[in-house]
Amino acid sequence: MTKAILPSRRQFVVSAATATGGLLIGLTVPGYAAEFAKQSWATDNADPREVNAWVVIEPDETVILRCPMAEMGQGTGSGLPMLLAEELECDWSKVKVEFASVNRNIRENTIYGDQMTAGSRGIRTTWPYVQQAGASARARLIQAAASKWNVPVAECNAHMGKITHNASGRSLSYGTLVLDASKIKLASEPAIKTPEQFKLVGTRQPRLDSATKSDGSAKFGIDTREKDQLFASIMSCPVFGGKLVSVDESPIKGARGIKQVVKLADAVAVVADNYWRANEALKKLKPVWDGGAAAHTNSAQFAEDYRDALDGPMVTARNDGDAKTAIAKSQHVITAEYETPLLAHATMEPCNATVHLQKDRLDIWMGSQSALENAKMAAEEAGLKPEQVYFHQMYLGGGFGRRTFGDELRQAVRVAKAGNIDVPLQLLWSREQDMHADRYRPQSAIRLKGALTPDGKLEAIYIQSACGSIQRSTGRPVPDGIDGTALEGIGPSVPYNKVPNWYTGQMLKNTHVPVAYWRAVGGSQNCFYLESFIDELAHAAGKDPLEFRRGLTDRVDSLAVLNKLEEISDWHKKLPVGRGRGISLVENHGAVGGQIAEVTIAADGSVKVDRVFAATDAYHVVNPNLVDAQIEGGVIFGMTAMLFGEVTIKNGAAVQSNFNDYRMVRITDAPDVVTALSLTGGKDKLGKPKWGGVGECSVAPIAAAIANAIFAASGKRVRSLPFKNIKLKELASL
Amino acid sequence: MITLKVNGETHSLDVEKEMPLLWALRGEIGLTGTKYGCGIAQCGACTVLIDGKPVRSCSLPVSGAQGHEITTIEGLSRDGTLNKVQEAWIAEDVPQCGYCQSGQIMSATALLNRTPNPDDSDIDAAMAGNICRCGTYVRIRRAIHRAARKV
Repeated sequence: MTKAILPSRRQFVVSAATATGGLLIGLTVPGYAAEFAKQSWATDNADPREVNAWVVIEPDETVILRCPMAEMGQGTGSGLPMLLAEELECDWSKVKVEFASVNRNIRENTIYGDQMTAGSRGIRTTWPYVQQAGASARARLIQAAASKWNVPVAECNAHMGKITHNASGRSLSYGTLVLDASKIKLASEPAIKTPEQFKLVGTRQPRLDSATKSDGSAKFGIDTREKDQLFASIMSCPVFGGKLVSVDESPIKGARGIKQVVKLADAVAVVADNYWRANEALKKLKPVWDGGAAAHTNSAQFAEDYRDALDGPMVTARNDGDAKTAIAKSQHVITAEYETPLLAHATMEPCNATVHLQKDRLDIWMGSQSALENAKMAAEEAGLKPEQVYFHQMYLGGGFGRRTFGDELRQAVRVAKAGNIDVPLQLLWSREQDMHADRYRPQSAIRLKGALTPDGKLEAIYIQSACGSIQRSTGRPVPDGIDGTALEGIGPSVPYNKVPNWYTGQMLKNTHVPVAYWRAVGGSQNCFYLESFIDELAHAAGKDPLEFRRGLTDRVDSLAVLNKLEEISDWHKKLPVGRGRGISLVENHGAVGGQIAEVTIAADGSVKVDRVFAATDAYHVVNPNLVDAQIEGGVIFGMTAMLFGEVTIKNGAAVQSNFNDYRMVRITDAPDVVTALSLTGGKDKLGKPKWGGVGECSVAPIAAAIANAIFAASGKRVRSLPFKNIKLKELASL
Repeated sequence: MITLKVNGETHSLDVEKEMPLLWALRGEIGLTGTKYGCGIAQCGACTVLIDGKPVRSCSLPVSGAQGHEITTIEGLSRDGTLNKVQEAWIAEDVPQCGYCQSGQIMSATALLNRTPNPDDSDIDAAMAGNICRCGTYVRIRRAIHRAARKV
């Protein structure tokens, strides 16, 4: 709530022109570095001044680079252009970035790749073709200059936006060469740089979008304003999979600005000339829904089902050695059960899509993690060909996996179609609709058993997991009853390689509640489970939890992270009574991340997270500044899940509806976060440079690090999340 | 008619007196820098300054904003120059997705107006109403300290 504020003591000086020292950013002055173009998306037609589909060079030497991926805060919109610029050898301060045209991607044989911005893939799966695009453009610029001078290509080099002929000292700028360069055909494309050759990549650089996101000018999907635009608010059947039976429109008859009520099979929407009017009218409607049998379900029942499943049959997902026998024979077996709830994505920008549906053309303005697939889906909904869809990629006000499916776009097209709306229509989910119509992080339960040798070594681990399947819920096959997303953090993707006997069994159980990717995916719950349990084992073995983990692995990346954590934290220093320190280590979406959390437990049992130390090995990275930002933010994101996150189901529908009952970590809860990179570089199995993903590897470890810190401070083990439901004083000590 | 003075400009709007200021700004005046996040004054994304004080515009009817000086994120920069808070935000690379940052910057600006040298607890108290889902809080603290050194 807004607090009463004391009157200001003096007028705040708005002008920055008199600032002395430091960085002075003027809106009308060219940026000090590369930046985002004013319109975020590229034009849909080839620019005459483009060397190839990725690079345009203006007469004033401005270099426009196309970014294939979405920008939702993760920084790929700054990172990929750095890779392009690295190869292009252009002047980084003259670079502008725009989002690659989805329409061209459809028409030009997916020249920009799949544009799927998820799974921390922004850099680690796109670097080969992004680098190639830059290198190929550079080679053409060199060839164009060499031809002009009639000298061998080998005598020319590219640097800071110019081609120079070394012997004669002649040089030409890219801007004067671009028209010739675009016509050049090469016998073969040039090789791309290896990490040792990088000059720009790997250095700390500013974000390209900080300025536009600090002056209110950045355009998100919700900010779309087209001529004659209308606005719609929608309510889906609260029970997932349910249907609309009827709706009485009389309560809003004659209300100001209301254009129409549009009924879909599973939702009702109100269209108006202002969003507030549409939403106020929608709130007055009392639709009759048919939720079917699912309308009699609730969370407690689901939780019991997941726990019961742990006693039933499992599909073997990992089986090294003979964990079952090792456990049966062991004198020292530890067993524990854990569980976690459904979670909402709760992106700060509620889901929305603006569509303009015409007879032979569909324009879409939205921020999407999967623009290409969304455009194809919308074409099908609209009855158009994919190449008739023009998708204008906007900034995303958070994604976290939510903005991959295009649910809001599907609805927008359906409303426009059903309502015969031939002007631009913005469908905006209210926060309540966003919370109620999410696809959630799956609910799950797990049983872990570990066998220790007499000298405290972990000889076997035996895991039984019951979890909602994202693959099944999103309509994809689940071969042999295995869903890899539900195995992340307990199956193959763990940072340990020296546990001789390892079994992971999986039982996938889905309810009518849709589940989906949620930042860190399986790791968001599984790393809490495994890393809390590893801590239980370390204590049972009488070992230091960091040392115990060291004994479980000889992987270079895992050890580098543990070493770095030990170096940057005060791990070996004792904390006073009431405070505790916990560690965890994970492998998640292309990186190994480790964290140490320090907590203070108050007399009433409440917990404050004071400091978090985070070490990360992402092998090669583009921009350490933005990697740090991802790690800092991931800690906070994971903390919300650990401390507060929980969507409960009652009568088949989500209970939580807004930030008053779905609490977020606020600045008052936020610890200091100390980040450090321990990059081990190296190559993958194919001999290619190994690139990490950093969007999720810091979300996965935090819950266990905090839970382990709580144990260190209190002797009490948190085995069920969120922590808000636990009364620490009533929890039994171990 | 409702008369609003926004960023020094007067706007006459033919809207319901109960329309929240947020939707008048975004839908009628076309200033989209102020964001919708929750509609119930829980997240702070819609924060604007009313006579220099931070207010959640999603929960203030336009009738209550009449006769007051309204400042939005677009009004913080004058003559092409950003204010100290915005400069600090850029220098520290605070934004990630950026959606909440207009509201964060408005709250931070109001804080520095009344407390030119805030400590961490002043910052936490003043910024507690602004949620950032990306978790930029560490850099928000840093940026406010940086801006304070320049005020």
